Amino acid sequence: MSDMTTTSQPVAPKPGAAPQVADPMLAADGTPLKRSLARALRAQKLRALMLIAPLLIFVLVTFIAPILDMLFRSVENQVVPNTLPQTVVAVEGWSPDAGETPGEPVFEALYHDLFLAAEAKRHTRLGSRLNYEHAGLSSVFRSSGRKVDDVGEVQLDALDALDKSWKDSGFWYALMSGGEGAAGDTAPLKAARGRLERLTGENFGGDAGFVPGQEIARILPRTVAEYSTFALFTAIDDGKEVARTKPWEAVKVALIQEIKRGADLAGYDGPGAAELRAARDMAAGQPDIDFKAAFADIDEAWDEIATWRTISAYGGHFTSGYFLNAADMQNGVDGIEARPENQRIYVMLFQRTLFMSLVICGACILLGYPVAFLLANLPMRTANLLMILVLLPFWTSLLVRTSAWKVMLQQQGVINDVLVWLGLVGDTGRLVMINNQFGTIVAMTHILLPFMILPMYSVMSTIPQTYVRAARSLGATNWTAFWRVYFPQSVPGIGAGSILVFILAIGYYITPELVGGTTGTFISNRIAYHISSSLNWGLAAALGSILLTAVLILYWAYDRIVGIDNVKLG
Amino acid sequence: MATYTLRYVEKKPLSFSLPVLAAAGGFAGLFVGAAQSTMLNGIAGGAVLLAVLGFLALGVLDERREKPVRWGVMALMAAGGWIMGGLAGLIVGIAFGWFFGWFVYWIGEGRYRAHLLPYLTPGQVLGHYAFRVTCGLIFFFLITPIVVVMPLSFNAENFFTFTPRMLALDPEGFSLKHYRDFFTNPDWQQALWNSVAIAPVATFLSVSFGTLAAIGLSSEHVPFRRAIMAVLISPMIVPLIISAAGMYFFYSRLGLQGTYWGVVLAHAALGIPFVIITVTATLVGFDRSLTRAAANLGANPVTTFFRVQMPLILPGVISGGLFAFITSFDEVVVVLFVGSAGQKTLPWQMFIGLREQISPTILAVATILVAISIVLLTTVEMLRRRSERLRGLSPG
Repeated sequence: MSDMTTTSQPVAPKPGAAPQVADPMLAADGTPLKRSLARALRAQKLRALMLIAPLLIFVLVTFIAPILDMLFRSVENQVVPNTLPQTVVAVEGWSPDAGETPGEPVFEALYHDLFLAAEAKRHTRLGSRLNYEHAGLSSVFRSSGRKVDDVGEVQLDALDALDKSWKDSGFWYALMSGGEGAAGDTAPLKAARGRLERLTGENFGGDAGFVPGQEIARILPRTVAEYSTFALFTAIDDGKEVARTKPWEAVKVALIQEIKRGADLAGYDGPGAAELRAARDMAAGQPDIDFKAAFADIDEAWDEIATWRTISAYGGHFTSGYFLNAADMQNGVDGIEARPENQRIYVMLFQRTLFMSLVICGACILLGYPVAFLLANLPMRTANLLMILVLLPFWTSLLVRTSAWKVMLQQQGVINDVLVWLGLVGDTGRLVMINNQFGTIVAMTHILLPFMILPMYSVMSTIPQTYVRAARSLGATNWTAFWRVYFPQSVPGIGAGSILVFILAIGYYITPELVGGTTGTFISNRIAYHISSSLNWGLAAALGSILLTAVLILYWAYDRIVGIDNVKLG
Repeated sequence: MATYTLRYVEKKPLSFSLPVLAAAGGFAGLFVGAAQSTMLNGIAGGAVLLAVLGFLALGVLDERREKPVRWGVMALMAAGGWIMGGLAGLIVGIAFGWFFGWFVYWIGEGRYRAHLLPYLTPGQVLGHYAFRVTCGLIFFFLITPIVVVMPLSFNAENFFTFTPRMLALDPEGFSLKHYRDFFTNPDWQQALWNSVAIAPVATFLSVSFGTLAAIGLSSEHVPFRRAIMAVLISPMIVPLIISAAGMYFFYSRLGLQGTYWGVVLAHAALGIPFVIITVTATLVGFDRSLTRAAANLGANPVTTFFRVQMPLILPGVISGGLFAFITSFDEVVVVLFVGSAGQKTLPWQMFIGLREQISPTILAVATILVAISIVLLTTVEMLRRRSERLRGLSPG
């Protein structure tokens, strides 16, 4: 870009303002030179930044933001507090050290949370989340979601038998909205909307066709809250008319609990006042709803401290559980502990990834150094020709090279055929060279070798041959001249190539997936498995974060040692 | 003025040449013998044959008879090959004859020292050639997998290995049926069109954003240059599986997952580092006084860019574009996650083919892709040389 627009239009110096000796140096327009220069520089910087800005924004949005989003997933734990909001709050005061499961209020909260989750079909998602931390919880939540509407069956039947209006959807609608023209209170509706949106992640905006009555909301807050949730869900999600739909059992259970606990019905004269009073008198004669026993009846896991320890430990919005899992640890009885022997896999996978990357890196150095040396010391024309043999694999599709190795290494493949033909192995004793570590190492060494040769070559071609000749003429042997004079100068090339190859190797996915079998896979393959098959995205994100950290440290080192500006391609 | 070069080429005694030739002959005979399933006979026959040939050529006949002797050796070996292995044997025989005709004189006349320093000891000479052979083997390792795929793609059978009929060069053993399958199978055709639809658009995005940014980055006063550079290069460094996972989650939220534009944007992001690297490398040698001169002569910045700067950095821009293109064209991990069945690209189809039912059509596709990469590589090399010539960096 040109620099012509940076300086402002020159202005003729004013007639009377002859430069004085004490003044700082002035530019043509009379401003001090220093400020003028600073302004020019600032304009230049600004222009450079404006040229960079589109790309920077593009990369930030399409690439950096997704990665940050994924990193966030590794600690995020919204699903538990969003699905069991009341339970998580209620269980806060409970401690597993007490030696018994939490009290009735916690189970009552669990009942309401689970009921809604089951209606919205979100309880299985919670089950699979908690199953990562405590095996078996998935089926507990599935069966509990199915049977949760049986809780308090006796009391519900008694209420329905008392007066048939309790089975009437229109009666409920009138009771909850306070009849026509009654003062409304939108607060419960707003709370219900928040609850549903957090639970489902969907938008519950829009008209529910229902506004809770102010009077009834004051007397029976929980019932109104439950009914509002029911109303919103029915109107928005099911698309039905609230006044013509029978309310959920959870609403009736909330009502029974509230009137039993002595809701103040004395001053109430809105719709259904008589029925409410009758129900209160009836409920007084009924036994309490035993939520704890009911849940223990559905699944005995609810009667175990371990279940509640998991819920209480993973109730927060953030969790370290995925990272602990990625390090083969868990949040056990006595704090953080190692997982059982048969569940440890990730530390081994990380070790294997590191080990195989190191082997591949070492193999690349061994094979790459002689070639780079040869290319750097041959005449230009020959070197350029031979360089094509290095660049062609570099330009060839990764899948082509991987499939070529699959063809070569198979038991019925080219290499085995040649060996059998030469009589080195019998036809029955064909070598197994694929679907194991050997196959992965050979194929990846071949694929990454150009990335080693190219940086080595660019360093070696700058080493003057005269140094070695001088060493030789001073009496050094061939080996001494190489080892003491040439090799130290080529070390930067080895460093650059090794870091590059290592960075690329530890994140490899395709080649290990295709030729690695079970013993030659990397941590990347496990990440892919958790994303597409087991759907444990948090764990995938935690494993990815660890891998990414390792790569970024290496990247930083590469930048320090080589400088990213000095990366050369071909 | 005559230049005098010290050379150390002299005829070697037969006591040196004949054992060396016999050893080489034995080694070659091993392969011939293996093909006839009598390895020991092969080794012995090869050693004797070469020793006799060497004796005839070096001891009996004059050095000036070199040409007829070499033709004779070639004819002899070709005939032997024809008898043993038909057409394929004939070709191998001609190659062997050509090589050994040359080799006999190379060893016997001491020509192997022609390009070496005259004071090297025999051990150093051996070391030199051992090193060359090692390098040759490494080049062999680099290129063989790519070369092996090509003939296999013409296999008439659905095998991944050379059939006896192929080895005998029987035309019946070869066919174009895998290519025909590639060009008629709707799965492969759809994949090809998807690749062709995605890669150019992604390349266009990377090149246009990348070139502008590279120009910005190459100016002298850029704040946070190192940090910006690190961010822009990161798509090349971050493991693809992490990029793919991140994009999968993030693009699902934006509704881009499983759409054409999602894949294009992802591929454009992956191609950007290559454009930045190649274009900034070209700009290093760019003479800034040219833009000042253009400005001085009254050109506005846009004219200066298109008429002065762009033609000079064009080779870098094009090779960056080719890199971005091949990145998108070869990419499989990100498209597996970000794309849906509607965006199934060629590498994706190959990946499925390799993982599930391995069909030889893959080899035909591989051969076509290798041909494409040869074309791209040649273009990039020519551009690089042209750019260096423009900047006066290289003598060639």
